[in-house]
Amino acid sequence: MIINGVTIDATFAEAFSMKATRAIITAQNEKWAMIAAGAMTGFATSVIACGCEAGIERTLTPEETPDGRPGVAVMIFAMGGKGLAKQLETRAGQCVLTSPTSALFAGIDSDTKIPLGKNLRYFGDGFQIAKVIAGKRYWRVPVMDGEFLTEATTGQVSAVGGGNFLVLAESQPQALAACEAAIEEMRKIPNVIMPFPGGVVRSGSKVGSKYKTLNASTNDAFCPTLKGATKTDLSPEIESVMEIVIDGLTKEDIDKAMRVGIQAVCDLGAANGIKRISAGNYGGKLGPFHFHLQEIMA
Amino acid sequence: MSALTFTLKTRPAQRVDMSPLVCQHLQGMEPAEIAAIGLQSGKCKLRVDELFNISGFDTQTIVIKNSFEKLDFIGKELDGGSIMVEGDAGAYLAMGMKSGEIKISGNAGLYAGCEMKKGYLEVSGNVGDFLGGALPGNKMGMKGGLILVKGNAGERVGDHLRRGTILIEGNAGDYCGSRMTAGTIAVMGQTGRYLGYAMRRGTLLLWNAPILSASFNDCGTHTLAFLPMLFKAFASLNSKFADSAAAFNRVQRYAGDMAEMGRGEILVKK
Repeated sequence: MIINGVTIDATFAEAFSMKATRAIITAQNEKWAMIAAGAMTGFATSVIACGCEAGIERTLTPEETPDGRPGVAVMIFAMGGKGLAKQLETRAGQCVLTSPTSALFAGIDSDTKIPLGKNLRYFGDGFQIAKVIAGKRYWRVPVMDGEFLTEATTGQVSAVGGGNFLVLAESQPQALAACEAAIEEMRKIPNVIMPFPGGVVRSGSKVGSKYKTLNASTNDAFCPTLKGATKTDLSPEIESVMEIVIDGLTKEDIDKAMRVGIQAVCDLGAANGIKRISAGNYGGKLGPFHFHLQEIMA
Repeated sequence: MSALTFTLKTRPAQRVDMSPLVCQHLQGMEPAEIAAIGLQSGKCKLRVDELFNISGFDTQTIVIKNSFEKLDFIGKELDGGSIMVEGDAGAYLAMGMKSGEIKISGNAGLYAGCEMKKGYLEVSGNVGDFLGGALPGNKMGMKGGLILVKGNAGERVGDHLRRGTILIEGNAGDYCGSRMTAGTIAVMGQTGRYLGYAMRRGTLLLWNAPILSASFNDCGTHTLAFLPMLFKAFASLNSKFADSAAAFNRVQRYAGDMAEMGRGEILVKK
């Protein structure tokens, strides 16, 4: 398959089951909501070493937030419910509770609840106040700038993590420009995050390493500087490869995000140095979700 | 299906225990069976059809017409469905209500909504003492749900209130919020003496400056984020509380009762 001179490989991205949640952070203005959200979703690019994958889903208007202030929706993905709950709580406690004027609310409903502010309330040292409003339990925790308002719990849902595609370009600036265009479009799709810095990862990994202590290492088949030194997947004109990783609530959400992302890349086309779109997988043996690029773009 | 309607024929001299006439008890019963239910009135048990004309079939929607102040225990432990009372109600209206909705067009007596667990009680007139309170000797009053009073409330509103919300458009008597352990009481009108007497936790939300006991300490003026959410939750009510003009988020906060646990608060509109 070729779109605008860009070859779409007959391959697929392989993704895994994860647990996910969404939280809504509000603040006095969007700037401070974004600061809190940035802190909460920081150091959360990959479960390999961060414990979770997190990102900002979108900004919310005051009409969309529970307390009528500007807000940001963040999503956190982890391999299991326990890990997710731990990550959510520590990040909420260290990054949102501490952020000026912030408030924190559940962003997703589910039968499975995980603590949001339920345990953060103890920071109030006995001065915290519970309020049940419209059937939902909130905690008012006295802090130095006033009160930290937080919902007690949020929902936990099953999700999909690890959807991806690779952008193969003739130069590094062209690969980055294509990825930026893709991310801009993908951020318009609800229920997905692209957890890597700016949504783009330049150090895609393969499973395993020559070093026994490492369970992931550089994806040498897609490293342009190793074209002559390893079993490469790159043709001579490829000088840079970048990857976009997508976590989403459902396979369909990731499908949509991949479609608009790849389309944005293809719109730049061969004229802008984009040669191929590929994807990372493990032979289909590890992840139950397969995203076939050509099917997505059909 | 039309609402099951009980129209009072005559006003008995003695008080009447209306507790058998709740939706969950009447569900599936034939009209003849409902007519034969005995209601305690003084020493006697009166058949329902001796007191009321009965019409309609929908046992989940009950209407009591010509009601007066001696009909006690209306909607006791109601668990789903709705009861509309046209007229006044006696004591213990909606006592221990578990879910559902009770609306009354007139006044209610003592202990309305006492020990209520969930659901919605709306009183268009006034209510007596111990609204949403605990029965004598009990330690926990209302534990959940919402009570709206459009008129005035008597003394001891929310005595031992454990959880839930009481909204009073008019005035509240003395000892409002006494011995509260949590929950919210909002009073648009005036409050009496000994406000929040021995309250441990919970919130008293006031539109007018109260007479405060010495055991409440001023914590200053604050803008509280939860208040807009609280008012938003009232937006669907048929009440002054639903009016956005009545909402505020800037309050003077008083902590107390310092003679007790001191974790309660009185918030007064600024």
